[in-house]
Amino acid sequence: MTRRMLMSAAAAGCALAVVGLLAVPVAGQAERAGAPAGAPPAPKPATQAPARPAATRPFAPPKTSWGDPDLQGIWNFATSTPLERPAAVGDKPVLSDAEAEQFEEQLAFNLTRDRRDGGNAADVARAYNEHWMDPRRLEILSDRRTSLIVDPPDGRIPPLVPLSPERQKAAQEAAARAARFNAGMPLGHEEMTPPMRGIIRTDLPPYLGTIYNNTAHIFQSPGYVVIVQEMIHSARIIPMDGRPHINQGLKQWLGDTRGRWEGNTLVLETRNFRPDRGAVYRNANPDTFRIVERLTRTAPETLTYEFTISDPTTWTRPWTAMVPWAKINEQLYEYTTHEDNYDLVHLLVGARVREARGEKPPEPAGRPAGGGGDGDR
Amino acid sequence: MRKRFIDMAGAAAVAAALIAIAALPAGVQAQGGAQPPTPGAWPRFTVPQMADGRPNLNGIWQALVPANFNLEDHEAQAGPYTELMGAYSGEPAGQSVVEGGVIPYRPEALARRKQNFENRMKADLSRDDAWHDLGDPEMKCYMPGVPRATYMNHPFQIVQGNADFLLMAYEFASATRIIRMNWKDDAPGDFWMGWSRGRWEGDTLVVDVTGQRKETWFDRAGNYHSEAMRVTERYTLVSPYHILYEATIEDPEIYTRPWKISFPLYRRMERNVQLLEFKCQPFAEELLYGRFRKK
Repeated sequence: MTRRMLMSAAAAGCALAVVGLLAVPVAGQAERAGAPAGAPPAPKPATQAPARPAATRPFAPPKTSWGDPDLQGIWNFATSTPLERPAAVGDKPVLSDAEAEQFEEQLAFNLTRDRRDGGNAADVARAYNEHWMDPRRLEILSDRRTSLIVDPPDGRIPPLVPLSPERQKAAQEAAARAARFNAGMPLGHEEMTPPMRGIIRTDLPPYLGTIYNNTAHIFQSPGYVVIVQEMIHSARIIPMDGRPHINQGLKQWLGDTRGRWEGNTLVLETRNFRPDRGAVYRNANPDTFRIVERLTRTAPETLTYEFTISDPTTWTRPWTAMVPWAKINEQLYEYTTHEDNYDLVHLLVGARVREARGEKPPEPAGRPAGGGGDGDR
Repeated sequence: MRKRFIDMAGAAAVAAALIAIAALPAGVQAQGGAQPPTPGAWPRFTVPQMADGRPNLNGIWQALVPANFNLEDHEAQAGPYTELMGAYSGEPAGQSVVEGGVIPYRPEALARRKQNFENRMKADLSRDDAWHDLGDPEMKCYMPGVPRATYMNHPFQIVQGNADFLLMAYEFASATRIIRMNWKDDAPGDFWMGWSRGRWEGDTLVVDVTGQRKETWFDRAGNYHSEAMRVTERYTLVSPYHILYEATIEDPEIYTRPWKISFPLYRRMERNVQLLEFKCQPFAEELLYGRFRKK
């Protein structure tokens, strides 16, 4: 989504600053080119912010009254730094101060909902204005990285492997549903994505920022860590007592997570995701998808959230991203969808009206890119 | 003769001891383990504590009373759609969990309960302004509110650490609520699960719940409240395996006086127990949205 907005902004004639960014002398851009797959990034020159503060500046976290590292509290993980490195910054993993300032300005300009350029259609597409949005999502990471992905070194999600015919078919069907939806002609509620139906939203790992409610409340009790994501009000309850996963035959929307402490790092492993479209990140293969998340407090008000995704039937190699979370002095409020899902009914009623007028749902155009996300998260 | 006298004296002593035992609080009798515990009487026990000295309420808990069918007395009855469901939809009998047996409705408020019950299996979302008029919120998979979430026939987990927040996570609809300890500010809005502020009174966790959406019900019998409702819950560990749950409901718009429910919560003890998902939205969608599908 972020990337698409960047591109459309560039196409709309806002490329000036991006071009300026490219013209800035390249600093340290090839430093990770020789790193083997899966290796941590090489140390940065002193002039650059460290990409992994935890590795260079060990922090002794406070402990709970029963002796575990204490992650309790309310955290925000919004940033404008995109998951994947934008083409405009070439292969530069980290920017200089001056570059970073331009990068941030450009991203914020592309993301802001208060723009009024582009005409009526663009205005409508931007929908809510900035008042509703998380202002932190207009700020880049303080370490000036150009992508949340730290591995592969190119900062991009690895290429897809060829999908099975069944998954290609599922992707095509999903694209057709999306096309009908975008044309305002969904056939029924089953055409809607899980977030629109109020089943799951940003509570599905990995946790990545969106337009608002980028807030997690972490609870701990002896033997448990619990992460409550504001959207959609679910508790991800993680046993820490070393028990095995639930049986493979028992699938859940949020999967089944087991946790352990590695030093001061909380390590989470999740499996048993449901096969429903949208119930696994980027529609990877639920049978082979694995995600390992690591949460480490790095400073009194900061923790590092790192996740590694592997799915050999979807991507050619595992990939890892790193997102700092900021402790905030705010509250989580109840987020609901299903209980007052007027939108869903309005969309369906609107579609029936269009049909009655003789409008036809669109034919899907061409072959969709398989494996990609088609759900609003 | 002498022996008989002694026997009688012995018998008198035994009788005196029995009388003394009978005079003790009911709970103490079972302490030796010779007798099964008396329902409603809780033997003395050592309350497990957190490091801060507060009772440790952590665990997965579940109510066993059939109060979700009706808080008040109710006979077993056939459920809806018996022609499809047979005995599957039958509803079990239960005795009232309301102190005094009956919810003290204002006379004019009773008609609405009857209407709720008669319409409990209906839903009509075709008009925004009548969206919530029909149907039990449970049937529609809406978050159940408090206290109903506590006796939904699904487990819930209390997560108590050493921070100023406790979490109650419910299996039904993945509902959650945060208990803000010693929190001053009142509800900043209306919420399906309300706005919960907690405090300790001795060994009892007391939770004050306001700001609840008026659309939640108490049960499938259509018992209801207004947005003015205030619920005061009390969670007291009465054994290693039980919490005594009490909730006092105040809502002068609907009832003539405050009223109270109470029942034990049972600790789930399966070796591998964990909350599983009951994300029931897909189960309710056909009922709610089926009529808007392309024919």
